[in-house]
Amino acid sequence: MAYLELNNIYKTYGEGDSSTEVLSNINLSIEEGEFVAIVGFTGSGKTTLVNLINGLLKPTSGEVLFKGQPVIDTSHERGVIFQNYSLLPWLTVGQNVFMAVKEAFPKENKTFLKQRVSDYVAMVGLSPAINKRPKELSGGMRQRVAVARALAMNPEMIIMDEPLGALDALTRGNLQDEILNIWSQDKRTALLITNDVDEGIYMADRIIPLKPGPNATLGPEFKIDIERPRDKTALNDNPNFKKTRNAIIEYLMDIGNERKSVSQKEYVLPDISPKSFVA
Amino acid sequence: MKQDITLKREGQFLAFLKPLVGKFTPNFQRMDIMGSLKKTVITIFSVLVFLGLWHLGSKALYNKEANFKIEKALNEQGAVAAEAERACIASGDSSCQPNTLPSPLQVWASLQSLIADHKVITADKAAFVEKMSERNAQLIAQGKDAIVYTGRASFVDIVLTSIKTVFAGFLLALLIAVPIGIVIGLSPSLRSAFNWFIQIFKPVSPVVWYLLVFMIVKTLYIGDSSDNAFVISFISVGLCAMWATLVNTAMGVSTVDKDYINVAKVLKLGTFQKIFKVILPSSLPLIFTGLRITLSVAWMVLIAIELLAQSQGLGLFVWEEFQNGANDSNSKIIVAMFVIGIIGFLLDRLMLAIQNMVSFNKNESV
Ligand SMILES: Nc1ncnc2c1ncn2[C@@H]1O[C@H](COP(=O)(O)OP(=O)(O)O)[C@@H](O)[C@H]1O
Ligand SMILES: [Mg+2]
Repeated sequence: MAYLELNNIYKTYGEGDSSTEVLSNINLSIEEGEFVAIVGFTGSGKTTLVNLINGLLKPTSGEVLFKGQPVIDTSHERGVIFQNYSLLPWLTVGQNVFMAVKEAFPKENKTFLKQRVSDYVAMVGLSPAINKRPKELSGGMRQRVAVARALAMNPEMIIMDEPLGALDALTRGNLQDEILNIWSQDKRTALLITNDVDEGIYMADRIIPLKPGPNATLGPEFKIDIERPRDKTALNDNPNFKKTRNAIIEYLMDIGNERKSVSQKEYVLPDISPKSFVA
Repeated sequence: MKQDITLKREGQFLAFLKPLVGKFTPNFQRMDIMGSLKKTVITIFSVLVFLGLWHLGSKALYNKEANFKIEKALNEQGAVAAEAERACIASGDSSCQPNTLPSPLQVWASLQSLIADHKVITADKAAFVEKMSERNAQLIAQGKDAIVYTGRASFVDIVLTSIKTVFAGFLLALLIAVPIGIVIGLSPSLRSAFNWFIQIFKPVSPVVWYLLVFMIVKTLYIGDSSDNAFVISFISVGLCAMWATLVNTAMGVSTVDKDYINVAKVLKLGTFQKIFKVILPSSLPLIFTGLRITLSVAWMVLIAIELLAQSQGLGLFVWEEFQNGANDSNSKIIVAMFVIGIIGFLLDRLMLAIQNMVSFNKNESV
């Protein structure tokens, strides 16, 4: 029995004529301690897939099993880092993290909770900004808060939806290493959604492409046989890296072309204009 | 840097003074100084133009009515009567003054006289309290009611009564509309259940609200001789003005960003926590927008309702001056008009400042 299992998942949005099937026949199993990356084009249904796993959405058909139990709701065992940070803008950095820690450790006293908050905020290098509000932070800093919030809850599995998508290359590299550190420390299980193949190869044990939707389904998996800890600068010269990278990119280009040739269909745009909200 | 920040804060509350403030802030860029100087000059210029037009207009109206009076005397009573009428008007005697739009100077004079009147009444009141202090002490010692001053209210008292009424009404609106709005916002079925109710009662005019409240309060106060005008007016004001807050609160609560709801779910917040830590804070900006509208509506309908309820406020003042028809009645009405306008403006600024303080998206609120 795998740690996380997705069996014949279908997900349809809407009802009747206007319904679209976003995900079709998704099968995936992840072992405990594994780091799996899913790459895919924007709009192919990655966030939908993530929300099925973390319990925010229910599949139209098929089942999601976490440690053998069907996922019917969210759980503190599965920490989520959202694509768009989703920090509460009226709370400071510290308060955002505190709210999560308090829920995850309801029995602990305040000193413990506060200590934990400051530890995790320090871990992502934001101690000086602990009393700032999200809008005073750069995109990268906000994302680090989101990382701290998810990890401070001590989840068994970390689910990350394009967590580093909005960051500059340098910050991105730092955070990749931080996430890898935490993952390897207590041998957690991690699922990373990304649109960056290099990031997937650097971080994951396996990469699985998500074919573009509608009716997106998972493609063949690519195993990354590169020893950890991986060295980013040395990676470029690693023949294994090059081979895997080329194979994945070739595959993605193929399905990208396929998609282009398939979508000859002409779309009729509705005749609408933006509504003015200014009274 | 610090200066900039404080300036911004002030700017939110008294934005119209910003050009003046900017003028006296030393390390501002040249462009800014020029820009704000220009704004100040334009503002002063437009005020002068307004006063000038007003003056000319009132003079024209005055002449028209004066000429009409003289003409009438000539036609009906002959040349001697016409000459007498002309002299009477020129002398400024109140018996024959044209009763029309007063000029800015007349209005200014009325303001002075209202203030002087206030001083007289205040002195009166103080003297009365002084005189009665011993007697009142005795009365209280005997367990009887003290004697209170029941003389004429001064203009300042009248303004204060209006402000008191509007705040009581606003508070009532807040206490009714915000909780109901939250409950409705949380439950789609309650929302549809309440929808017809809101749609029907929202457009009802202040006069009708007053009559409705009057019917009910009159019965509740039956046998009680105390003055219920204040109660009737603030309840009417509150009921009339609460709808914007009700609708905005319900809207804010029902349209919380999906991302925040997802966070609440992933953190597994309890219902109570979810409402107070996520839903309410995120709807605060909309709630305050509603409250701001409520306060300005309250101030607007107050005048009409005070008039109907015979409550000693600005509404009644304006109406009584109009009925009174004394020499300076018209200018007192204009004084009241400006006072009403300025207080309304200040109340709105106050709400805007509070709104900006609580809203986390500072750049979003206008
Ligand atoms: N709540 C929803 N209702 C209807 N359609 C949705 C909803 N959420 C996402 N979609 C559609 O499903 C598709 C996949 O979306 P998403 O999972 O967000 O993609 P990705 O994360 O890969 O960019 C998109 O075409 C999107 O428009
Ligand atoms: Mg997405």
